[in-house]
Order: sequence, then C-alpha cells, then structure tokens
Amino acid sequence: MVSSPARANALLSVQGLVKRFPGVTALGGVDFDVRAGEVHCLLGQNGAGKSTLIKVLSGAHRPDEGEIRWRGEVVEFGDPTAAMRSGVAAIYQELDLVAGLSVADNVFLGHELSTAGFSRRAEARRRTRALLDRLGHRDISPDRDVGRLSVAHQQVVSMARALSLDGQLLIMDEPSAVLDPDEVRVLFGVIRELTAQGVAVIYISHRLAEIREIGDRVTVLKDGRTVATGLPAREVKTSELISLMTGRVLDNVYPQRSPLDPAAPEVLVVRGLADGDRFAGVDLTVRAGEVVGLAGLVGSGRSEILETVYGARKAAEGTVEVDGRRLRRGSVGAAVRAGMGLCPEERKSQGLLLDQAVYRNITVSSMSSFAKFGFLDDRAERVRSSQLTEALDVRPAGVDRLVRGLSGGNQQKVVLARWLLRECRVLLLDEPTRGVDVGARSEIYELVRQLADSGVAVVVVSSDVEEVLGLADRVLVVREGRVVHDGPADEIDESRVLDLVMEGQPA
Amino acid sequence: MSEDTAVPTQQRTPVAKESGISALLGSAAGRNTGLVVALVLLCVGGVVTAGDRFADVDNLLTILRLAAVIGVVSIGMTFVITGGGIDLSVGAIVALSSVWATTLATQGIANDTHWIVMVFTALLVGGACGLVNGALIAYGRVVAFIATLASLAAARGLAEILSNRKTQIVNVPGFAAFFDASVLGVPVLVVIFALVAVGGWVLLNRTTFGRRTFAVGGNPEAARLAGINVRRHTVMLYSLLGLCCGLAAVMLIARTTTGSATHGGLYELDAIAAVVIGGTLLSGGRGTIAGTVFGVLIFTTLSNVFTLNNLSISAQAVAKGAIIVVAVLLQQRLARRSGA
Repeated sequence: MVSSPARANALLSVQGLVKRFPGVTALGGVDFDVRAGEVHCLLGQNGAGKSTLIKVLSGAHRPDEGEIRWRGEVVEFGDPTAAMRSGVAAIYQELDLVAGLSVADNVFLGHELSTAGFSRRAEARRRTRALLDRLGHRDISPDRDVGRLSVAHQQVVSMARALSLDGQLLIMDEPSAVLDPDEVRVLFGVIRELTAQGVAVIYISHRLAEIREIGDRVTVLKDGRTVATGLPAREVKTSELISLMTGRVLDNVYPQRSPLDPAAPEVLVVRGLADGDRFAGVDLTVRAGEVVGLAGLVGSGRSEILETVYGARKAAEGTVEVDGRRLRRGSVGAAVRAGMGLCPEERKSQGLLLDQAVYRNITVSSMSSFAKFGFLDDRAERVRSSQLTEALDVRPAGVDRLVRGLSGGNQQKVVLARWLLRECRVLLLDEPTRGVDVGARSEIYELVRQLADSGVAVVVVSSDVEEVLGLADRVLVVREGRVVHDGPADEIDESRVLDLVMEGQPA
Repeated sequence: MSEDTAVPTQQRTPVAKESGISALLGSAAGRNTGLVVALVLLCVGGVVTAGDRFADVDNLLTILRLAAVIGVVSIGMTFVITGGGIDLSVGAIVALSSVWATTLATQGIANDTHWIVMVFTALLVGGACGLVNGALIAYGRVVAFIATLASLAAARGLAEILSNRKTQIVNVPGFAAFFDASVLGVPVLVVIFALVAVGGWVLLNRTTFGRRTFAVGGNPEAARLAGINVRRHTVMLYSLLGLCCGLAAVMLIARTTTGSATHGGLYELDAIAAVVIGGTLLSGGRGTIAGTVFGVLIFTTLSNVFTLNNLSISAQAVAKGAIIVVAVLLQQRLARRSGA
C-alpha cells in the first residue's frame, strides 16, 4: 500500500496492524506512516479504532498481526514504559497524572532522578522548569500540586513528561476537547514549537477546523481499517473527509430549527439562582420545545449552574420551578421526579455505571416502572432498552454488553436513552458531544431537536460556541458566574459570543 | 462499501438470545466453578484423612450448623460490600445483640409472654446498630472503615457493660425447643441460613433494591445523578447487615444456649473473607450471593477437616490465609481474561 521510500523516511510506520478482542476485531488492518516534524491527524468515528490504535502504538496493547517500524526498525513495545523510553508517548483523554504530587514529581514519575537511591529533587525541579520553558509555560511552577492545575495546564505537564524521556512522537487523543478556545491557541503554539524541533505529533480530534489549522496530513479510519492515508490536511474537502469516515454524505450538521410557539408553556423557570460561590443571580426560562444554550469558558460557572438547577449542588439562593412546581433545593430525587434529566459533563465518572450492562444503565432512572412490589422485570427492561438503542443506533448492538466497551458517542447515546425512557420534561445536557465524532454528533443534534419538537425543554452547555449557536434557539452567555447576554441564537454570531465570553479577560 | 451492508445485519442480534435461565445458570456456574472445585477438593481431603468421621451425616450437619451463623452475617456483608462499603463491627454487633437478648430482664419478659421477644430484641439491637453505622457513613460522611471500627469498639464495650462480662445462660424453654428442632431432618438453623441465602439472592438480583446496590457500589456519583438517593440507600444497606447480625445473634444464642460479650469474635474477618473469595468485588459494584455461600462453606469445611485431624487453630488460620490469597489471585486472572 505504502511505497517503500516513503516508509524508509518515516519516523514511525505501521503496516497491516490487527488487534482482536474477544468477540470483536478492533483493528482490521491499519497502514500509515508518520514523518519527523509533522502533525499527522487521525480521523474516524467513535468506534473506528482510534483509541485501540493509540494503545497499540504506545505499548498498552500488543498487536495480533502486522508490524510497527520505529526509525526503520521493527519494534515491539511490551508496555507503555518501553514505548516511552524509545520516544513514543501517548497523552490520553483521561490524563494519567497523580494529583497530590508536584508538577516535577509527575514529570519524572517512573524515571525519578536519583543518586544511590536518594531523589535529586532540585535537579528534577530544574529540568522540569526547562521543559516547561520549552513548552512556553513559564507560568507553571514545578512545585505546584498537579491536582490544583487547570486541565489545560495538566496537559502541558503530560507533554513535559513525554519530553523528559526525549519523546520523538507524541500521540494526543482529543487534547482540545477539554480546552477553551484560548487554551487551544496556546496548545497549537506548543505543538508548532515541538514540530519545529523535529518532534512528530499524532493528533486526534473531531473538530475538522482544528485539523485544518494544525495538521499536515490526515489518515482516516473506519471500522478498524485505514480507508485513506496521507491526505493533505489543508486542502482535502470536508465533505470528502466526512464521507470517508461515515461512508455516507452529510449535508447539514445541525438540524433545522422549528418555529417556536410563542404560547408554549414555560416548563423550566429559574429565578435568582446563586450558589454563594461560583455564580449568582441567574435567571433562566425555558419553554416547551425550546433549546437554550449556555455559552461560557470552562470555569465560568456554566456547569455549576446546570448542576445546581438539577439539585446536584445545593443552591444558596433562588428558586427552580418545573411546570410551576417549586423544587426542593439540593435534591436530585426531587428534580428527577419532577421530570428533569441530566447528561453530565464527565460521562464516565458522573454518567455511567461502566461495568454494568447497557440496559441497566438505561433503566437506572426508571426502575420503578419496571418493578412490581420492588421486583424487577428483567425481560421488559431489556426489550424496552433494545428498542431505544436500536432507535438511537447504538453500536455495537446488544443491551447486555458492558458500557465500558462502547465508544464515547455510543456511551452518550446510552445516557440520552436513559432520559428518553423517562420521557422527561426538562433535559439538561452538559457538553453533550465531548469526545463524540462528527457522524454521531449530528445524530445527537438531531435527537435533541426531535426531543424539543416533542415538547421537551432543553438546556445545552458547551465549550463549542459553534455548537451552541447551531443547536440552540436562544443563547445565554455566562461570564464569571453571571449571565451577561440572553437572546435568540440567530441574532448573534460566534465572534460576538467570544467577545462576550472573553470580555475583561487578559487576551 | 461492503462493510456498510454487513454491519447492520450483525447488529440486530435479538435480545432474547442472551437472556433466559440457561444463560443465567451458565454464567453463575461458570463464575463459581473454582469455588465448587475447591469445596469438592476439601471434602475429598476430609474423606481421605478422616474417613467416616467426616463423611457422616451428623458431621455434615454440624458443618452446616456452624456455617449457618457466620453465613447469615456474610450474606448481609455481601450487600454492604457490593454497595461499596465495609463493616468491621459485625462481630461486636452480634455480641451486643446476643447479650441484650439474654439479659435477665429480657428473658423475664420472654418467659412471661413469648420467647419471640428475645428474637425481636436481638433484631432490634442489630438493626439499630446498623442504622447508626449507616447514618454515620452516609450523613456524617465518616469513612466506613473508621465509622465501623468505632462501632466495633463501642458495641463490644457496651456488651461487656450489659453482661458484666459474664456469660448469660438462656432459660427460656420455648426458645431452645424451637431452634433445636429439625425440619425433615435439617436443623432449624440451617433452614434459616438457606432462607436468608435465597432471600438475599432474590433481593440482590431481582429487585430494585439490589439493582440500586450495584449502581451505588459501581459509581456512587453516577447513581446520585441518575436520581438514586445514595445516602438513604447506604443507610438501608448497613441496617440490613445489622438485622442479619441480630438474626445471627439469635442463632448463636440457640446454638450455645448463652449470650455473651465474647460472641462473634473475628466475625468481621471471617465474613469479609467469605464474601471476597466468593467473588464479590471489594471495591463495590459486583457481588454474588452464591459465591458468598460457597465461601462460607469452604471455610467451615476447612475448619472441620482440620479439627477432625487434630490440627491446631493456628494451622487453620494459616490455611485460611493461604486460601484467601490464592482465591483472590485466581479471580484477578479470570477477571482480566474475561474483561479485556
């Protein structure tokens, strides 16, 4: 597939990679090569095999077939440490840093600097400082507790860690998903810095705009195989990429807005909500059939607002009403009984029972409707759940599978199915498409719109301004715990939202 | 693209295929194979070393009678551990319940009215202790390990104060008569254990309570955000275990015809060991009643075989420790293989 001279030049070259798990073939033949100093983008829907590929490349999984050449030589990385020592480092979505340890301790974790068993702390601090300098982040102190850093800064620490082992290839799995636009700009600066020094980067993102901005070449995976490799990142057409990824043509990412009935009842009414810390004086009204978007930076208080409306955090002031009934403060149970549902920001840690079956994750909030005198009707649960997973096209099908094995987009569909099953009145979505690929994204948007059309009041929080504007009927901009703008989505554009979001922030 | 047409047909696997009794039995048997093998090996060992003294109906009933008390505690412990908790105070609660149910005052009332008063006293005391544990953990946000460690000390101490460190002999005729009886040749204590085990299995696997237990143990934050009242459920789990301890106290009183502050010594370790070698995950979210029953039987049989061979309690303890380590190592292997 790949010509041999190209392979000879490549820093990393992969051919015919196959990885099987019991019951599924995660990778069914992957070929591509990465050159020194390039940003090589990997694209593919959730479940296409990107995560498995990263794990194989970084030594976390062993391939069943195929070969990996590193600097022209066939290698087998037994474990991530071996890969890191050769210069291949993966920076995962879930950062693998130890909170409670300092930045310097984390950077040298596993390869501590020591003399005769005594750690050389000053030397570690000095070198960490130098690495952070190289990454353009003098502002991070090597002595800070990693747990107290922002996610963006934690990412920088992960990169410093990779560089401390003389990393030649960094694999970044959706680094921008947890970052603000500002922080993404900083990240790109760091990446450009590194590639200029000859370091290669494998960059994974679902945001095509980013790939055009930072990428050099693109490889597309579908169903565990390479369907295209070495495409020029700046020139290749979006429609081509999407059809390569999905196998179908996608015209419109966002569904058509439906005209809102001005007489539609106000389902969710929030007045003067404050938590006494992160936000205050929040008013929010959502009518039946309306999608309201909350835009704001990470840390602006938007997620906290959503969680407080839901009762997961206790409000200090203000009221939340659903269909005219006031909810008890700080009670998720009351919110759920009143017909509210939340798809939380951290799907894995807050949304899902990862080691339990799909159907149990779907019915967890509606158990009583499947129970008589407390006894559950397992069959009915499975049947109802499989109707939903089929309607939402959760792949792979099978409601007895453990949720852990599903990709991000499919996990999100499972959380959505939970609230669909409850036929809730108010749906709160916190970062509904984080870690979700383009194809599944538009499916989720479509679903949200359908829900709204059926009379549900929807609130969406997202760092992706374009998403808020594309999906919502009305947009609220949150800055430093205050709502600074409230108006129809089609009367405001992305740059105006960003202005509002950033105002008063150091550029 | 050929895969595109191939994928959907693969996906639409019918739901019914995986459900059903056969799959259930298959998985349950599959999960417990190691335990069954271990128990059979122990029995073989018993027959070889002790011959007819082991393979005797009376001896086997003795094993079951001994297993019954710790078994009831272990069933309760399975719920708490599956729900992500731990309870170190079970032995102390058994002691306190046994003492409270056999004080002269309680026995007096029982003699005047009905022996069932003693049973209710023990259940009430046990349940109340569990309630306190649960409330401390769920609402006081004390770490379970510490909260129940404190209860262990306090309950044992209270039992000593109540009993004045004296063994209290039961003098309620109806009580002894009821619990000494047999149903179709099976001692009442064993029948109680069987009923608790079956009830526990149904509760854990077939009810909303059980499902919530798995959810709370597997991911408490997700359970809370899904609308489950995690704190209330935690209190219920510890109360349930407290009730089990109360029941175990009744059974222990019946078996020994005494109530004493020394009853239930090291029950916390025995129960946790049985639960863990049975396959319940110590970190919560996964639990099996059948496994726990096997765990209890394995330890009790082991102790019986050792006793018949005149081996010391100390040798038993060493063997017990070895079994725990081997069982957990094997389980981790299996879990890794199936979970990959």
